Amino acid sequence: MTVSSTPVAPASQPHPPGGRHGHDPAVRTFGLTKRFRSGQVAVDGIDLDVPAGSVYGFLGPNGSGKTTTIRMLLGLVGPTSGQHELLGHPMPAGAGTALARIGALVEGPAFHPYLSGRANLRRLDAADRHADPRTSAARIDEALERVGLLAAAQKRYRAYSLGMRQRLALAGVLLQPRDLLILDEPTNGLDPQGTREVRTLITELARDGATVMLSTHLLSEVEQICTHVGVMHVGRLVAQAPLTQLRADATARVRVESRQPSLAVETLRRFGLTEILVEGEIVTAVLGDVVADRDGGPEKLISALVEDGVPVRGFGVVTPDLEDVFVSLTGEGFDVSG
Amino acid sequence: MSAVEAATHPTAANLPALRRISTRFFRSELLLIFGRRRNWAGMAVLAAVPLIIAIAVKVTAPRPGGGGPDFLSSITSNGLFVALAALAVELPLFLPLAVSAIAGDAVAGEANLGTLRNLLAVPVHRTRLLAVKYAAIVVFAVAATALIAAVGALAGLVLFGGGPLTLLSGVQVPFGTGLVRLVLVCGYIAACLAALGAVGLFVSTLTEQPIGATIATLIFAITSHILDAIPQLDWLHPYLISHYWMAFGDLLRSPIATTSIWPGLGSAAAYTLIFLAAAWARFSSRDITS
Repeated sequence: MTVSSTPVAPASQPHPPGGRHGHDPAVRTFGLTKRFRSGQVAVDGIDLDVPAGSVYGFLGPNGSGKTTTIRMLLGLVGPTSGQHELLGHPMPAGAGTALARIGALVEGPAFHPYLSGRANLRRLDAADRHADPRTSAARIDEALERVGLLAAAQKRYRAYSLGMRQRLALAGVLLQPRDLLILDEPTNGLDPQGTREVRTLITELARDGATVMLSTHLLSEVEQICTHVGVMHVGRLVAQAPLTQLRADATARVRVESRQPSLAVETLRRFGLTEILVEGEIVTAVLGDVVADRDGGPEKLISALVEDGVPVRGFGVVTPDLEDVFVSLTGEGFDVSG
Repeated sequence: MSAVEAATHPTAANLPALRRISTRFFRSELLLIFGRRRNWAGMAVLAAVPLIIAIAVKVTAPRPGGGGPDFLSSITSNGLFVALAALAVELPLFLPLAVSAIAGDAVAGEANLGTLRNLLAVPVHRTRLLAVKYAAIVVFAVAATALIAAVGALAGLVLFGGGPLTLLSGVQVPFGTGLVRLVLVCGYIAACLAALGAVGLFVSTLTEQPIGATIATLIFAITSHILDAIPQLDWLHPYLISHYWMAFGDLLRSPIATTSIWPGLGSAAAYTLIFLAAAWARFSSRDITS
């Protein structure tokens, strides 16, 4: 199964998570801010809203404040100001109740190097007062199986490759049923095959009803598996919306290639197109809804251009991809490899 | 949500209820300490000292020793004195070093590995984490002391035999009473070391470098010894953590001399409470950025 062919659409997956707080947003923050003692503002008044049941891509370049935000969400780092709620519980008062229903992976895997993978999970499970000791061994093996580490379970953690370490961290998250998964760069260090497997796993977990908040610097990851996205840029949340809405908001432009661009401009202007730009022999303009499909659509422009005697060499309708949208939001590119 | 739905959608609604009392994390902590090869090596060194003493005394004539109660000369009369001599020899450095290593590693070690954030996200409440860590340090202090005493007593009994014990005050008591006195000595020393463990736990909350925390804790103990040896600072001596440590010899008098034992226990309790409170104050509000 390839993940990219089965994106989780927000509307087609109406799984409310369990519990009485099912209709609350999974994560909500109000002006959450972290100013470190050095004076550096790592997170600057962000208002996150992660809807229950969504796969929320927390997107931003490295150093944009994603990890600090996640540390604040989990109570590892105290906010300088602002509040937040997890699964409807105000934090930090509701930490004990909320965190038990949350599986979190913060900033890369971390385990005891001289313990085996299984012994490390046993320790995590032992620390969890919600864990039933009678089912511990079975749950640990099940989690190891799910991430494909069962065969290497007896190996010491220090002998694990980075990919195996990342999987072990994911297995730690899967020891208990979870309503919310907060995953910080879960595909970091994985090879393409491992990356695909982890994305498939995340999609499966989301289909089973868990809300997933996934931090990443990879736009492709967001495009493949997320239903919602929040974009971080230098500590600020510069955009937050369902992915479908962001795509819809992206405005289509017509692009006409001609040796006589000024003639093409006249024709486009006659049809009421706006923001007409000329760059050498290329003319672009916002298509908008002035040439609606019922009037013949953009195709009508071609015949009009030809009738007006414009020598047309090329014609196209260009819809900016998400990367263009994010670049316009942050003024920076995203690493889209992987 | 119905049971059927709960089965198909494994959400946390069917999470097992919170277990108010669970010793699993504590046992996991003990496993971590006593399952670690580095700590086996340390305990092997601790256990080697009474063996060396017993064998050395067996092959050569005893000479009067340096500081602390002089047990070496009594060894030939009763094997139990091997245990007491070994404790007296290891109390100034080896035992504090062992406790410093464990206590310094307690929080800083987890922070250094990054496992601290995993534990706190489980979630483990920070107060509970400190309580479990400190309980494990106390268990280690008791175990280290008991190990030296047990190895010393066994080696001594094998090489020199047992029988009635002549106490430091000259009174002879049955072997069983002597054994009870040895257990009391172990308890007293463990209490002193547990106080140092509280200092180490506090230092461990200040840093992400376990070695640094261990060295700082050891320096604290050794500085106390040094200050305790400067007569001009006698006004300071009662407040030093190690001032009453060697008073364990008073437990081998008849009747037990309590003029130093009670202040010693009081000092240990005060150090424990103050540094546990400091560790809690520091750790409960600290940003975990490791």
